[in-house]
Amino acid sequence: MSRLKPCFEALKAEDRAAFVTYVQAGDPNREISTEIFKGLPAAGADIIELGMPFSDPAADGPAIDRAAQRSLAAGASMKQTLQMVREFREENDSTPIVLMGYFNPVYAYGVERFCSDAAEAGVDGLIVVDLPPEEDDELRIPANAKGIDIIRLATPTSDDERLPAVLNGASGFVYYVAVAGVTGGKSATADDIGTAVQRIKSHTGLPVAVGFGIRTPEQAAAVAARADAAVVGSAIVDLIEAGINDDGTIRDGVVQEVLDFTRELADGVKSGR
Amino acid sequence: MALNSYRTGPDEKGHFGIYGGRYVSETLMPLVMDVEKEYQKAIKDPAFLAELDELNRVYIGRPSPLYYAERLTEHLGGAKVYFKREELNHTGAHKINHAIGQVLLAKRMGKTRVIAETGAGQHGVATATVAARFGLKCTVFMGAVDIERQKPNVFRMKMLGAEVQPVTSGSATLKDAMNDALRDWVTNVHDTFYIIGTAAGPHPYPMMVRDFQSIIGRETREQILDLEGRLPDSLVACIGGGSNALGLIHPFLDDPEVEAYCVEASGHGVDTDKNAASIAGGTPGVLHGNRTYLLQSEDGQIQEAHSISAGLDYPGIGPEHVWLHEQERVHYVSATDDEALEAFQLCCKMEGIIPALESSHALAHVMRMAPTLPKDHIMVMNLSGRGDKDIFTVAEALGEEI
Repeated sequence: MSRLKPCFEALKAEDRAAFVTYVQAGDPNREISTEIFKGLPAAGADIIELGMPFSDPAADGPAIDRAAQRSLAAGASMKQTLQMVREFREENDSTPIVLMGYFNPVYAYGVERFCSDAAEAGVDGLIVVDLPPEEDDELRIPANAKGIDIIRLATPTSDDERLPAVLNGASGFVYYVAVAGVTGGKSATADDIGTAVQRIKSHTGLPVAVGFGIRTPEQAAAVAARADAAVVGSAIVDLIEAGINDDGTIRDGVVQEVLDFTRELADGVKSGR
Repeated sequence: MALNSYRTGPDEKGHFGIYGGRYVSETLMPLVMDVEKEYQKAIKDPAFLAELDELNRVYIGRPSPLYYAERLTEHLGGAKVYFKREELNHTGAHKINHAIGQVLLAKRMGKTRVIAETGAGQHGVATATVAARFGLKCTVFMGAVDIERQKPNVFRMKMLGAEVQPVTSGSATLKDAMNDALRDWVTNVHDTFYIIGTAAGPHPYPMMVRDFQSIIGRETREQILDLEGRLPDSLVACIGGGSNALGLIHPFLDDPEVEAYCVEASGHGVDTDKNAASIAGGTPGVLHGNRTYLLQSEDGQIQEAHSISAGLDYPGIGPEHVWLHEQERVHYVSATDDEALEAFQLCCKMEGIIPALESSHALAHVMRMAPTLPKDHIMVMNLSGRGDKDIFTVAEALGEEI
């Protein structure tokens, strides 16, 4: 069964929000990506979103688009992503893992096969950004049957009329996209985030995570004070990119820098309440 | 088994069989649903339809003529070949038909800004044109490489007041221009309307673009009945995303005596990795808001398309075409770069018409098929665009310097 529910319950008992990190599987290459991925829980990540690389990530900004191109150029594939999860699970059986990405690579892998392989590897949830509720039966039903949560996205454009459609069939948590836009772009104000989270909570008992535009420990703290989880992606991905030399080689110490930054963000989240 | 009608799709969620649909991020969903709602209202509103008719007549110059290509017919020695002259439209191609329809809808929805993606620049020019006509702000996304190759069209768009945004993400081609247009749209949902350049994208775009383009086939029907007293035996059109092809064939789909041929661009050949033939070489997948056939790797990564014609250089195809292909109602064939170049030159010399390289693919199939058919076979080819924009590409391919 999914590790998401027990994770949120445990954090609720501690009266703190979850810190969710996003990295792309295979960025900048398999080896470094694995080191970062495995190091995230000790650096304070409560939940990990692992990006499934896709050539055409139209809902993402430049940082994650470039991460996808890097990963793919370094040989990333769905098979490799699932293998990374399997290896992670050999050492860690408690941190929930959510695979995030686009439907086409899942569809190409075969939806049924993907759901069983993902469940077997130790995946807890899926966020497929271009699969709205109207289209997600074909993934949600087999995923749920394997105990995998389908995490739905709510956005500033999901008004009270739209929200029931978004929430019907959601499990694990609800991901509130704080700004209308792509990843790595603008930031919403803490007040707007607080209002939106309360509005969503009036429709559902699921935990509400907030992402998009959270780049600093201070911003993470402000979100943690108002939501059940704060998600940071592009800021971490930017740091990975900064570790690549002009000649394409990876600078020593990049893993440590990423994990140190993750720890600062995690401390921000912990100080939020 | 033959269906009673091939013209009833899509269903209310935008599906043609399993194809089509609405695969967009949640931020865009309410907007895309609004576009559909407003479109359904608009096409039942006599004032909207009257404005569209009037603009079609006095701004685009419709109806476009149906022209008997007499010398070409004699040269090929078989079927009687007609050209539907969409290249005579304002801005020189069929793209203006759906651009004008969409801009009227944008205006009706109170949007103040339009965006578009473009490969060769034809759809970008059409969008910049209608934006200027209606006083809307306009941003066109275009691959950085294409900007370099299509300087005249870039300048045209600028003269028309549009901002041309170079796209450097991904592989910096047409598909990436569409990604960036989607990224812009999701960031500016409140004031922006996305004018999509083909019969693809999330529902209602494939249906809406088809409907606006169907004026081509409706006119053809009337014109051929006037000229020949009967329907044509075959229709031929080139196909990238498929807007001009669908526009020509859709009004004839329920006439079983009319055969339809859509010609994909097979670049260096369907067996090479340099082609743009999604029906011949693609597999089902989801991209840019719809499920359709895509050129992709086994891992579901989208591959770059190749065609000498930038307008056909896209790794997908409109979802209704895939459905028509699987229903076996329409024949999907292909023509290579070389065949299109040969057809281009023949058309110039035989008919005094410089065709777009896109349309030259359709002509390449006409050249293959017409000689094998009897003289009383009536064939209508959609001459979807003029080729002035392509003279540099053709010169380069022929090894000549301008």
